[in-house]
Amino acid sequence: MKEISDLNLPDDVKYTKDHEWAKLDSDIVTIGINDYAQDQLGEIVFVELPEVGDTFSEGDEFGSVESVKAVSEMYIPISGEIVGINEALEDAPELVNESCYDNGWIIKVKPDDVAQLDNLMDKPAYLDMLKG
Amino acid sequence: MRYLPHTKEDIEDMLKVTGQSSLEDLFNCIPDNLKTKKSMDIPQSLSEWELNVHMEELASSNIACKEYKCFIGAGSYDHYIPAIIPYLISRSEFMTAYTPYQPEVSQGTLQGIYEFQTMVTELLGMDVATASHYDCGTALAEAALIALRKNRKANKIAVSSLVHPSHRQIIHTYINPAGYEIIEIPYTKDGLTDVGALEDMDDIAGIAVQSPNFFGNIEDLKAFKDMADTKKILLIASFTEALAFGLLKNPGSFGADLVAGEGQSLGISKSFGGPGLGLLAGTKQQMRNLPGRFIGKTSDTNGDEGFVLTLATREQHIRREKASSNICSNNGLNAMTAAIYLATVGKIGIREIAQQNHDKAVYLKISLENSSFESAFDVPFFNEFVLKAPAGFEQKRASLVNDKCTFAGMNLEPFYPELKQHYLFCATETLSKEDIDQLAKEVQ
Amino acid sequence: MNQQSGTSGLIFNEPLLWDKSCKGRCAMSLPRQDVDRAELDESLTGDAPELPQLSELDVARHYTRLSQWNFGVDSGMYPLGSCTMKYNPKTNEVQAARQGFAGAHPLVGDEFSQGALKLVFNLEQYLAAITGFDAVTLQPAAGAHGELAGMLIIYAYHAKSGKQRSKIIIPDTAHGTNPASASLCGYESINIQSGENGILEPEAVAAVMDEDTAGIMVTNPNTLGLFESNIKEIADIVHSKGGLVYGDGANMNAIMGVVKPGELGIDVLHLNLHKTFSTPHGGGGPGAGPVAVVKSLEPFLPIPRVVKNLDSYKFVTDYPDTIGRLHTFYGHFGVLIKAYSYILSMGAKGLSDASKLAVLNANYVKESLKGTLNLPYDLPCMHECVFNDEFQKKDHITTMDMAKRLLDYGFHPPTIYFPLVVEGAFMVEPTETESKEDIDQFINAVKAIAKEARENPEKLKKAPLLTKVTRLDEVAAARKPCLRG
Repeated sequence: MKEISDLNLPDDVKYTKDHEWAKLDSDIVTIGINDYAQDQLGEIVFVELPEVGDTFSEGDEFGSVESVKAVSEMYIPISGEIVGINEALEDAPELVNESCYDNGWIIKVKPDDVAQLDNLMDKPAYLDMLKG
Repeated sequence: MRYLPHTKEDIEDMLKVTGQSSLEDLFNCIPDNLKTKKSMDIPQSLSEWELNVHMEELASSNIACKEYKCFIGAGSYDHYIPAIIPYLISRSEFMTAYTPYQPEVSQGTLQGIYEFQTMVTELLGMDVATASHYDCGTALAEAALIALRKNRKANKIAVSSLVHPSHRQIIHTYINPAGYEIIEIPYTKDGLTDVGALEDMDDIAGIAVQSPNFFGNIEDLKAFKDMADTKKILLIASFTEALAFGLLKNPGSFGADLVAGEGQSLGISKSFGGPGLGLLAGTKQQMRNLPGRFIGKTSDTNGDEGFVLTLATREQHIRREKASSNICSNNGLNAMTAAIYLATVGKIGIREIAQQNHDKAVYLKISLENSSFESAFDVPFFNEFVLKAPAGFEQKRASLVNDKCTFAGMNLEPFYPELKQHYLFCATETLSKEDIDQLAKEVQ
Repeated sequence: MNQQSGTSGLIFNEPLLWDKSCKGRCAMSLPRQDVDRAELDESLTGDAPELPQLSELDVARHYTRLSQWNFGVDSGMYPLGSCTMKYNPKTNEVQAARQGFAGAHPLVGDEFSQGALKLVFNLEQYLAAITGFDAVTLQPAAGAHGELAGMLIIYAYHAKSGKQRSKIIIPDTAHGTNPASASLCGYESINIQSGENGILEPEAVAAVMDEDTAGIMVTNPNTLGLFESNIKEIADIVHSKGGLVYGDGANMNAIMGVVKPGELGIDVLHLNLHKTFSTPHGGGGPGAGPVAVVKSLEPFLPIPRVVKNLDSYKFVTDYPDTIGRLHTFYGHFGVLIKAYSYILSMGAKGLSDASKLAVLNANYVKESLKGTLNLPYDLPCMHECVFNDEFQKKDHITTMDMAKRLLDYGFHPPTIYFPLVVEGAFMVEPTETESKEDIDQFINAVKAIAKEARENPEKLKKAPLLTKVTRLDEVAAARKPCLRG
């Protein structure tokens, strides 16, 4: 497993305490799991996705990622409606390992209130949390 | 005791290594007040000779010790078990292995169960089948839970009143604490589940129908599938007689989402009702919702084909309180038995045996009708059917057991109080024409 | 006996059944057709299922070869912790195969099933005597099914008392089935940690036990192989708040004749007949999971129950408070016969000796290997002991590597990565039926592997080297599931 200093943590996304990332593009938020989470899980074999049109409140479980011997639930950091899911993950869950911020994104959400994103951590705050 | 290999010297040597002076001292970590003061009140040990005598005495006070003629099915069927099956399944490499957690030394179990899964999907027309459950009733309860959990709005499951009575009870036991309910679908005067009754049933998460049903009649699963589709809920098909699908259209061909059934007919002895073999299969969409084990094909580091337990993240040891079921040990050896049976009968044999079951049942029904029994339902059946008996049959039936070692049907009244004097009969390939003629003569 | 038993044997390849199939073959002697064909309407019939078409020798050879790829207790030592892989006596199989048992239809009536009913009744009595409880049901089909039965009984007890509860306490050493069983009854699992020495502290239980908690699930001896010596105090705490104590009896093999769980304040206990009572595991069942209860919980046992009246036996279903039915008929009767046969062969002294020797064997392994492998809890153990790979970490060798290498030495590996409280756990349960010589061979193999870990770690990474297949790609299996041919 990677040392904290080796983690790929981009500056232009926000982080949750459960190791998801979220990024606002115009009015849509893209969400995935970050490098720390994918590294901890190891080789991902399945991603359970919600359906487009589902609505969630901040903190709800919206899916899970699985390795051979572990399951990790994913929690949505912002209330809203699912407007996109990464269907490529159905056949290629390894995209989450290979490219967790790009091809391995998980959902796109139309948020009820964009301001909820302000509650998330930036990179330095997230790093502080990891270092405990 | 012949199972305990320790000599006195072994014990002394080993105790020395542990630093204890006696076997009793090994239990010093248990506070004295927790140790029992009473010995175990069980009989003194028997030699193998004495055991044989005792066990034969018990076995021979069951009627089954004699050659008896069994015209009863109702979830446990008398089929011929070829000699090769007990012979092969007794190989201790199969029998004395644990769950195949170490695939490198479990390829026998793993390939065998992979083949079992394949043959079950072929038999039932489904995409995936699990590596087995305890019996049909528990598999059906698990299927009901899948439907209920997937449906956030409904908390009821519609279950045909012609699903095996024990299975309906098991579903109730399983789902009741979680706050779910069963609604029973009534049956029609034709001895079939009343599909029309479902129209007005709201808040149901799924429909469970057995075919052939408890009366032996063949249900129109297509009508139930259409109803399930209209309501956007799951269709669960069930069966107690697996050999029926050697002849009948399988549940998958009607679009069943889940299938739960009993595989005892596939080479497994009746053994007073257990262990049998729970079969649970589903469409591809249901794969990750199915509880129980799956074996999958993969390859090893040399690129050679091999098999492993897979999709384990659904199971209790990983998902713990979030697991959909607590099942771990299933009925693996009986699944292997069924696989050997299916390989033995093959495509040709299963068709012929299934056809003969139907032939004999039709012959039995006609013979009994000629002996003053009345047909209860005039619809197609597989190897079981219901007849209304003439007055005085119950006494006759009792004397047939005592005098002729023949079990002539099962009284349905305890299960369906409205069906007075109605009996459920079964005929399989183990009954000859003479057996049937004899019974018809006796009951005349 | 100094030679290791692992070697590259005479191992055949064998294709999948359908790759051997040849149209027109059938391995079954088909019955003569002696009545007229009765044709069903075409709309009801389907094509015959595409099953393989083989001769009898094809079938015999196929399954014989498959069996040779398997490791069983009869092949060699199988020290799988928590699974009690003891010898499965052959006489048990003979008893269960008697025509009067194996041929018995379950619905012919009590009058014609007296032998079966008597066996069930007697076995219930014996298990009650061994465990110190008042009543037993034999209906549950496996340990996890027994656990479900036990939880349903606790659920029914609280329902009857008028106020259902919402939580249940489960220690961190629990089997995964415990929380899964509890949640089937809608109970939320409250996890508590065991104390520093691997044993539950009464204070930890007292801190969470309240009047909304249905009870506690305790495995004793626990999954670290340690005896929960505070069990009585813990039971008192739980009882004082109106809760019940569930005992997971998976590890009963350690304490027969020494401790009766029914005397410790435990209210419900399940047993695994395929562990303590010698019935074979069959590569994953069928097992049997009887449940024993104290008198006050007897009304909740599943139906039907066997009742003795003078010298005759009958099934009775009229118990208004019962949790209901759990099995289509009466449970895994065929498995019950084998356990019954075992208990009668052993007698009280034999069972008690079995437990003592199981504990001796485990302590012997623990003392012999504790310099070789790290022992996180260095206390006198019961029937099993838990090591881990701490000493091997510097050579980047894991528990998995050592387990796989043991296969080359001719041993089934211990349970690995369980219990979860020990990282990299390596959990050895030799059982009482292994001789000192066989255990010594196992100990020597582990020592040799530890030496290899220092001197030739790459070899361990590639292990096993002598088996039919090498390490399998579980990631590929899970990513693209291929569950049928």
